Amino acid sequence: MAEETKMQDVELHRDAALERSSEFENPGLPPHRKRQTDLHPEKAKRAERTVFTWFLVSALGSIVAVAAYIAVPITPGDLTTTRMNNLLLGLGIALALLSIGIGAVHWSKQLMSDEEHVDLRHPTRGSDATRAKAVEVFTLGDQESGFSRRSLIRNSLIGALAVVPLPAVVLFRDLAPADEVPTDVFAHTMWEAGTRLCLDPTGTPIRAEDVSYGSAFHVIPEDLEESEHPLDEKAKAAVLLMRLPADALNESPERAGWSYDGIVAYSKICTHVGCPVALYEQQTHHLLCPCHQSTFDVKNHCKVIFGPAKRPLPQLPITVDDEGYLIAQRDFTEPVGPSYFERLHDVDEDGHVQVAGTTTEQRA
Amino acid sequence: MTTTQSPNAAPASQAPQQRKTVTSWAANYLDERTSISGVTAYLGRKIFPDHWSFMLGEVALYSFVVILLSGTFLTFFFDPSMGHTTYEGSYVPLKGIEMSIAYASSLDISFDIRGGLLMRQVHHWAALLFVASIGLHMLRVFFTGAFRKPRELNWVIGFLLFILAMAEGFTGYSLPDDLLSGNGLAIINGMVKAIPLVGGWISYLLFGGMFPGVDVIPRLFVLHIMLLPAILIVLLGMHMVLLVLNKHTQFAGPGKTNENVVGVPIMPVFAAKAGGFFFLVFGVIMAIAATFTINPIWNYGPYDPSPVSAGTQPDWYIGFADGALRLAPGWETELFGLTFSWNILIPMAVLGLFIVLVMFYPFIEAWVTQDKREHHLADRPRNAPTRTAIGAAGVVFYAVMWAGASSDLIATHFHLNVFQVTWVLQALIFLGPIIAFWVTKRVALGLQKKDREILLHGFESGRIVRRPGGEYIEVHQGLDEYESWKLKAFESPEPAKVRPDERGRITTGTHVRAALSRWFFEDRIEPVTKAEVERASHH
Repeated sequence: MAEETKMQDVELHRDAALERSSEFENPGLPPHRKRQTDLHPEKAKRAERTVFTWFLVSALGSIVAVAAYIAVPITPGDLTTTRMNNLLLGLGIALALLSIGIGAVHWSKQLMSDEEHVDLRHPTRGSDATRAKAVEVFTLGDQESGFSRRSLIRNSLIGALAVVPLPAVVLFRDLAPADEVPTDVFAHTMWEAGTRLCLDPTGTPIRAEDVSYGSAFHVIPEDLEESEHPLDEKAKAAVLLMRLPADALNESPERAGWSYDGIVAYSKICTHVGCPVALYEQQTHHLLCPCHQSTFDVKNHCKVIFGPAKRPLPQLPITVDDEGYLIAQRDFTEPVGPSYFERLHDVDEDGHVQVAGTTTEQRA
Repeated sequence: MTTTQSPNAAPASQAPQQRKTVTSWAANYLDERTSISGVTAYLGRKIFPDHWSFMLGEVALYSFVVILLSGTFLTFFFDPSMGHTTYEGSYVPLKGIEMSIAYASSLDISFDIRGGLLMRQVHHWAALLFVASIGLHMLRVFFTGAFRKPRELNWVIGFLLFILAMAEGFTGYSLPDDLLSGNGLAIINGMVKAIPLVGGWISYLLFGGMFPGVDVIPRLFVLHIMLLPAILIVLLGMHMVLLVLNKHTQFAGPGKTNENVVGVPIMPVFAAKAGGFFFLVFGVIMAIAATFTINPIWNYGPYDPSPVSAGTQPDWYIGFADGALRLAPGWETELFGLTFSWNILIPMAVLGLFIVLVMFYPFIEAWVTQDKREHHLADRPRNAPTRTAIGAAGVVFYAVMWAGASSDLIATHFHLNVFQVTWVLQALIFLGPIIAFWVTKRVALGLQKKDREILLHGFESGRIVRRPGGEYIEVHQGLDEYESWKLKAFESPEPAKVRPDERGRITTGTHVRAALSRWFFEDRIEPVTKAEVERASHH
């Protein structure tokens, strides 16, 4: 019965779960069964021929690959030749590789000994003698160096080693321009008073009367291409422009002057992790970020109505110039894109108007 | 030319008896300069146990070799510069378009260099297979308890390899500088920025100023082709050395014990099988790469911060992280003029905790069970029901996050509302692991009961016999001693009991551990005893 079984005789920890060894005897390795190829020489011969054939096929595959490389050149401008080259070359090499693999495995399974062998395991730890020797080595090392005894030089060495990586840390400062700090580049975009809103990517200025209902215009600043790093500027300055019917637009009074005749402009860079908020639902006037599904309500100053984003998209105050083109009144009043630790320092306190009730209870 | 069957480094003592062949000359030459005969003698006939699941790690190893080979080819043609150029290559739709040199050279590799597209696709498919096979290999090791002493450290090394593989994957994915890879970097930028105190600085330094800047791709290139592979190869070497030192685990079976290892010797059978298997893995990757397009960067266009298409997906192995971001609540607090983006910090913390828990699981389990013995027999998952259930819960947790990365595609494909899909997944991330734990444990216990039943009463043979009295019965057939041993040979510990220590005290730690031990071992199926078998045989 269970009570009579003997406990494991290894050193058991006081809190160890109780283990009972099996009562049954291990029956030992089952008798080895010979394969067909062991019993019949003609079958072994046939297996040998099969393996040979596979290796032959492999060599053929290699030749096919080389032939394809030469015979199916890539003709510039003709994509079908690229595809054929890729296909034939790849299939040739694949045939060569697979055939070696099949041949080798077949060889090992049919012709090499399939007798099972037994190795004994030994405890992973070194033997007591080896461990004693290792201890002796350390003891001698300690005595001869005085590592424990001369604590002053030992501790000062540890201290020096702890400090020595510091220059390496400092060295990395110039990974980014030394004359700026991060918030300098996060805080502002190239929009300023009078910058015309232009279509992305053509750069055509947009007249207010051309902004129709129901579609979102992808907008860049007019002088984007002249800037030193257009992509960097675009990554911050990209804007979406939409015209909403007057009854749909629910503007807060402080921001009433930021739109023009039902036309509103919002940063295209998601306040979650910075994907472009590219999808506009014209019936509901929602903007959807395709990366993580944050949804912004254009009717209510792009407040978040769903998803992991928290803050509304920053609004770009716009108006029109003398010729009827849409222009920015100023830069964004807050940093665009994802939040960062010091973000609030970069909010323009004079110009910024908080959107009322941006907390989560406002969510649909 | 005649060659002997002996390997390159034939033992020196045999050399005089052999005929003078090129092989023996070369073996002698090498041995006199390297004493390599010792390595051959030590490793040559080492025994490797055989089981299909032991090949998962091999797949990982071989796909890594394929990655190194194809990646080296790609570096000869790829130019990681973010400088601007106008595309003048073969791909007509992009002709005359402004783009980075990195993207242009990726297009050239794809369209103008013979075999370039093939190598790109080999590299990408092999990378996907690499991460997938590491993942499956880890699941095998977990569910069979092969991480237990003395293999805990190798589990940690293997786990670091998994993380490095994902890092390699992500850096590589970013290099072509196409629209999707740039968008991935934008997301990384956003995540980095959310880290309190240092986030802004890390982003600023990483991108060399503004995002995207002109520095990040050359930097990622150096990480991708030098630093990360170097660390990976060192850890892989350690992983292999520990594998050899600890010897491979084996499943319990007739003749197989915790003290031996049963299988085939490296020379020649294992070497032939493994060598052949390398070519099979390479061949399969090559065949897939020849016939299936992966990452068609020419369809995406060069990186531009403004456009993005709906339904964008990261490579599958990054999905769990992206899903975690999608499922997080939109919380952010502003305190003392500082911003804390919980919508990013919480998923990052949860992922970090998950990773730490998985990485340190061997130590946690060892602490609970207080099992100080060496284990070389792999458990059948059913025989460790609680561990198997924990693993299943972890898998479901990962899977829900992974599904989260496709919430929009799930919604569009099944005509659902993406908000509702997200809410369901948010609920599942809490409920799923609990359900999986419970179901898996019940299934494991049920399977143990079935094993017990088979041991005691045999299996249904399908043979119907009519008795003299007219009664029909199905004959149950017993297992032979070898088959039945596989079902009998397992350990089923009872929970630890609370016992006072040397000073007669029972500490809180003891109580906690006893409680955990109960949780771990309480639901158990008693192993079959001899008496039961005898009693059953009298029926």
